[in-house]
Amino acid sequence: MQARKKFVIGSGIIVATLLVLAYVGYTQSKTYYHTISEIPTLQLSALHQRMRVSGNVRAGSITHVDGRTDFVLEEQGKNLAVSYVGRDTLPDTFKDGAQALVEGRLMPEGGFVAEQVQAKCASKYEAVPGATPGAAPNPAPGSATQPGPSSGQSNNQSVVPGGPGQS
Amino acid sequence: MDIFGSFALLLAFLAAVYALVAGIIGILTRRALVTKSAQHAGMAVFGLVTLAVASLEFFFFTDNFSLPYVASHSNRALPLYYKFSALWAGQEGSLLFWTWLLSIYAFFALFLNRKKHPELMPYVGVAIAGVQIFFLTLNNFIASPFKILGGLDASGVMHVARLSEGNGLNPLLQYPEMVIHPPILYLGYTGFTIPFAFALAALLGRYPGEKWIKITRLWTMVTWLFLTMGIFLGMHWAYAVLGWGGYWGWDPVENASFMPWLTGTAFLHSVMMQEKRGMMKVWNVWLVFITFMLCILGTSLTRSGIVSSVHAFAESSIGPWFFGFLAIILAVCLVAWYKNRDYLRSDNQLDSLVSRESSFLFNNLILLAACFAVLWGTLFPVLSEWVTGNKISVGPPFFNKVNVPIALFLMLLTGVGPLLAWHKTSYDALRRNFAWPLTGGVVAGAIAFVFGFRQLYPLICLILSVFVTLTIAAEFYRGARVIASRDGSNILSAVGELTMRNTRRYGGYVVHFGMVLIFIGIAGSAFNQDIQKEMSIGDNISIGPYTILCQNFDQVSNSNYQADRATLEVFRNGKSEMMLYPEHRLYLASQVPETMVAVESKPLHDLYVVYAGTSPETGKPVIHVYLNPLVKWIWFGGIVVVLGTGLAMIPDRRAALVLRAANERSWGDAVAQTATGSPVAGPVRRSAIPRSGADD
Repeated sequence: MQARKKFVIGSGIIVATLLVLAYVGYTQSKTYYHTISEIPTLQLSALHQRMRVSGNVRAGSITHVDGRTDFVLEEQGKNLAVSYVGRDTLPDTFKDGAQALVEGRLMPEGGFVAEQVQAKCASKYEAVPGATPGAAPNPAPGSATQPGPSSGQSNNQSVVPGGPGQS
Repeated sequence: MDIFGSFALLLAFLAAVYALVAGIIGILTRRALVTKSAQHAGMAVFGLVTLAVASLEFFFFTDNFSLPYVASHSNRALPLYYKFSALWAGQEGSLLFWTWLLSIYAFFALFLNRKKHPELMPYVGVAIAGVQIFFLTLNNFIASPFKILGGLDASGVMHVARLSEGNGLNPLLQYPEMVIHPPILYLGYTGFTIPFAFALAALLGRYPGEKWIKITRLWTMVTWLFLTMGIFLGMHWAYAVLGWGGYWGWDPVENASFMPWLTGTAFLHSVMMQEKRGMMKVWNVWLVFITFMLCILGTSLTRSGIVSSVHAFAESSIGPWFFGFLAIILAVCLVAWYKNRDYLRSDNQLDSLVSRESSFLFNNLILLAACFAVLWGTLFPVLSEWVTGNKISVGPPFFNKVNVPIALFLMLLTGVGPLLAWHKTSYDALRRNFAWPLTGGVVAGAIAFVFGFRQLYPLICLILSVFVTLTIAAEFYRGARVIASRDGSNILSAVGELTMRNTRRYGGYVVHFGMVLIFIGIAGSAFNQDIQKEMSIGDNISIGPYTILCQNFDQVSNSNYQADRATLEVFRNGKSEMMLYPEHRLYLASQVPETMVAVESKPLHDLYVVYAGTSPETGKPVIHVYLNPLVKWIWFGGIVVVLGTGLAMIPDRRAALVLRAANERSWGDAVAQTATGSPVAGPVRRSAIPRSGADD
């Protein structure tokens, strides 16, 4: 009984430590998904959240200035101006009309500063849903999920596609 | 041929249904003939699914694009071996592939045991058939790879669309490892069906004795070996192909394979508690159940798109089927356990905190905690959406914060656990076993600290690596010295002799040593450097000891892709050391761009060069260079783990002789017996080798 009690106490300490670490890790890395139309309705506190937003790149909106790339994301008639400030090269698939997922923060004056951009172009596989597994966890059919350096990671610990993927 | 394939698949489904129904009738009525016919049906599934797979491969090899599945994953110019691997490049095919591998396992499990365990095997057959029915349902009715393109015209005549050229295989999959990685990983996933079936069968049939746990353990080792190899091949593929300079990013796909690995590892350890002390029976049964469920969950996570990680834009309809199946498994397991819980009563209690038992308990606690954290993090977007309505994801910092300390604690247990005695360890034994290794570790840490090595986790990892390696070396040395002095042989051949006499114990040490190498390699990532630059001919980049000079940019192409290629000369200390040729490819059939990384791998570091793309402003090529320390140790450690696991599955030398004389037993049985230190093997060994305060 004595040994059992010690074991329970030891386990309790371990589990408590892990919970604290998990909470710290959670607060450091939590990222919200929002749609463009949701953004104006967000509370003030939500403005400081790290978030992911997806949409289509408006044709002709991409401009490169001073090491920064500006473009406009569209979704159901709503627009979001995005500045990409990450240092990695944008993916080849990032072009007019491409579907893009940006990660970063909202600026107080509107607009969105993205540290990461991922993009996929409309593909001729589109007719076969859910057909291309592999690197990405079930990426879109034939999506040019452009992983790696081109997915615009802010550091090499960040979002990484693929891995011991089942395919 | 498509009709042939889908017909074979339909027959396989019927055979599996027969195996289930007749199996249950056989158990209830105790009619041997019915049971036997059920088992034969279970084996026949293998033949029928094989025919279906062969006919699908026939389509790939003959460039017959009348099947949409073939058209979307192959093209004429695709190299032959990728046409073969295109079988599992998509959802329908990989589910068929799952079914096929499962049918292979099922065939061997039923065939090898057809004349043994008459009380156990009928239940095993039923459990396996249940799993097969689920997958064959998907293959036949939900996601058939034999579905054809076409429709009825106005007059009701069927028209089948035929394409003359396919869309090509996803370029990410056009890499040699992708031909072997998925089959091996899938063998790891599917294989857990067999231990699951045996555990469930033993529980339902209230099979007397502990024999089933030995069979279960053996099958778990086989499938764990495949899962381990699959994970390592996947890491290596991610590293070599994806071009982001790393090998593990806590992506849902990776996590999916890691979770059953963690619980499977926990089972392989805690099963010893049951064999030696009759403890943790409920826990072990549930570990097997949970591992199997995690395999199914893993398959569904990567198939359903429910945890649509950052770049999964698409979802498929298959998710609800998997979750329904998981719910059924859970219900069956709960009922089986509840009705038979007295069968699993523990024989013993924990005696002391400093004992082998408690080290196993901590090992299990921590492995399960890791698994839970990974599961939680992976499913967090789904859970948070249910609870708060906000979809929130967590990233690598979450996983690393929790798992790095867990990994270090596990490493400590790796050194300490095997040398603790069952029941209780005396202070003397502790000092005898650990004084020198601990001193060695601390001295190594102190030296590193003096030389400016200040990061906390890598420093702890270094101390523990030295400590664990020394305890393992000491174990081999102590045992080998006794054999050497008695036989008059030299110490090296004595080490071989020692290992072969108790492969499970010493193979286990080899696995532990492999894990140490892997941890060292992972700790190396704390010192990664990288630099990215736009380059013209004549420009150079410096990183670590290297200077990289850009010699040329040109274009190469073949029928499969066009590539921009950089020719880079690498200098070290002013001397030209090598040439690297990273490429940026565009695959023609799919029009998908892809990078081809150039890696120079050395024992101390990898020089990893990526042709990242073209700068939108200047139009110049962008080159991204990484210097990743100690990555090679991870791959080497993986090989050591695989070899050690293989070693632990070889029957003990002395025991093999005894068994040959007995002449009655099959090989599989012999392994199950000897590897667990059965009575046959035990006394012979035990008299020969003194224990270091511990038994295996």
